[in-house]
Amino acid sequence: MLTGRVWKYGDGVDTDVIFPGKYTYTLREPAEIAAHALEDLDPEFTRSAAPGDLILAGRNWGNGSSREQAVTCLKYRGVAAVVAKSFARIYYRNALNQGLLLITCPEAVEAAQAGDQLAIDLPGHQILLRGRAYAFPPLSPSVLSIVEAGGLVPHLRRKLGLAATGDVKVSD
Amino acid sequence: MTGQTFAEKALARAAGLPGTVAGQVVDARPDIVLSHDNTAAIAKIFHTIGLERVAIPERLAITLDHAVPAPNANHARNHAEVREFVRAQGVRHFFEVGRGICHQVLSEEAVILPGQLILGADSHTPHFGWLGAFGAGIGRTEVAALWATGELWLRVPESLRIVVTGRLGRGITAKDLCLHLIGQHGADGGLYKSVEFSGPGLEALSLESRMVIPNMMAEFGVKNAYLPPDEQVFEYLAERRFRRPTADEGRWAAGDRQPASAAEWRAELQAGALYPDADAAYAAVHTLDAAAIELTVACPHTVDSAQPLAAVRGTRIHQAFIGTCTNGRLEDLAAAAEVVRGRRVAPGARLLVIPASSEVYLAALQRGYVQALMEAGAVFGTPGCGPCMGNHMGVLAPGEVCLSSANRNFKGRMGQPEAEIYLASPAVVAASALTGVITDPRDLD
Ligand code: SF4
Repeated sequence: MLTGRVWKYGDGVDTDVIFPGKYTYTLREPAEIAAHALEDLDPEFTRSAAPGDLILAGRNWGNGSSREQAVTCLKYRGVAAVVAKSFARIYYRNALNQGLLLITCPEAVEAAQAGDQLAIDLPGHQILLRGRAYAFPPLSPSVLSIVEAGGLVPHLRRKLGLAATGDVKVSD
Repeated sequence: MTGQTFAEKALARAAGLPGTVAGQVVDARPDIVLSHDNTAAIAKIFHTIGLERVAIPERLAITLDHAVPAPNANHARNHAEVREFVRAQGVRHFFEVGRGICHQVLSEEAVILPGQLILGADSHTPHFGWLGAFGAGIGRTEVAALWATGELWLRVPESLRIVVTGRLGRGITAKDLCLHLIGQHGADGGLYKSVEFSGPGLEALSLESRMVIPNMMAEFGVKNAYLPPDEQVFEYLAERRFRRPTADEGRWAAGDRQPASAAEWRAELQAGALYPDADAAYAAVHTLDAAAIELTVACPHTVDSAQPLAAVRGTRIHQAFIGTCTNGRLEDLAAAAEVVRGRRVAPGARLLVIPASSEVYLAALQRGYVQALMEAGAVFGTPGCGPCMGNHMGVLAPGEVCLSSANRNFKGRMGQPEAEIYLASPAVVAASALTGVITDPRDLD
């Protein structure tokens, strides 16, 4: 069970406000990348988000550029999951392949408010909030294992029994 | 249980499941994994996983097409690395420099069949929806993962149904239909969806015109697009698949199923084809009256800034380009040849023609289209992507305007951010080359 504090945002949050384009070629270190997460959307988040926090958002979270930092900035920041009404296609794949958990659950997004404590029951594929349960479509075991391994490349290494050779940074 | 969409059926098949529903995530095993000049870069990622051997060499299809013949030493080195990878891994579906653009070549070679799944490190992989296959673009890391294990997770997309009624008017093409549709609903009108076409308006289209539609749907934001395959599709593929062993012995393994005749192939393809159920659940249904569509031009710098040609008629152009995986086929060259026959390219303008494949090039030669175009002043390039993404063979200068038969007109796409790109059908491009301004071919007579 993942439990965390809710940060809540609206529809159409794009990759530029999740991670500003001006940093994409200059910042490389996880801590630096994490330090600018959501800077142009919510400076309060940038200042005070804590590991384990959850983001709840409206439709089409992560639309725009295919930059992977829009995913990794949240992962490095310790965000445990993003729950949204829907995700942009490339963001969705990037996130799961980088090991950031995404869940599509419009009803929970409607019900949640900033600051709520919310629990995600992954095996039961439901979200628990103020005594109510909101179901979401089950993630396949293989996708879950990618997230748990920390991303697609470490997942493959584990699956194929290969030793880790340090952090692999892949850009497309 | 309600019926299933094409996407739900195709991903169930690829994942070995009895059925799927939109939103479900499955482990799919693609029949073909496509890559091109980017193969060497993917190989580097593959090796960082810690692997040497590709698990599924028989399912890889690789073309050299994005910068061919190599325009400089860097591209040459890249090609050499791709060839070495192909040799070392025993990849049989490999197509050398000059054979043509990946989407056209794999269509001509009948490498991918109705109902099958093709994933490609190329954003126009939805192209293969013309034959009723599920085609989607993926990232390079994901291609490397596929090479490693043969499977990849995919989320089953929601579907959008587009019913095409009526017939396109004389001289109006599938390109106009696509530009019109994207202009109407925006570049994200099909975002993440399986866009599934149907309706009587499609049956009247030639196979080459059908290829334009799912190809262009990449500019609509789709995951994949689908046209229901009919007898014409089965005929085209069966004949090509059947004649393959004599044409290119080495590309099919001894174990590959090989029916004894084209007729047997046709029956087999028919059996593999997938069609959405009548009661499938769609996120939305749009109706498109083909008869109401006019000649359409996309203006710089987005595909959805589409306008009726009349609104931009007379716009000065410097380069006219006919080619690409969208509109570089035989009927495109035929339409252009018909427009230019007996006329000359306007002073101050240039007409560049790049056939989408060697097969198209040869047929265009045999039918006299190449001669008609060259006599009008056109120059020809080697089959491949050419200047479509700004690599070479027709990049633009600052301040220049190009009217192109391609699918994308993003700023800088043809190598020069200070240039402008308009998109239209091949006949419009050809007519405009003759006048030096955007022209309706019907106004030439
Ligand atoms: S012709 Fe253009 S759009 Fe088609 S594959 Fe080549 S670069 Fe991509």
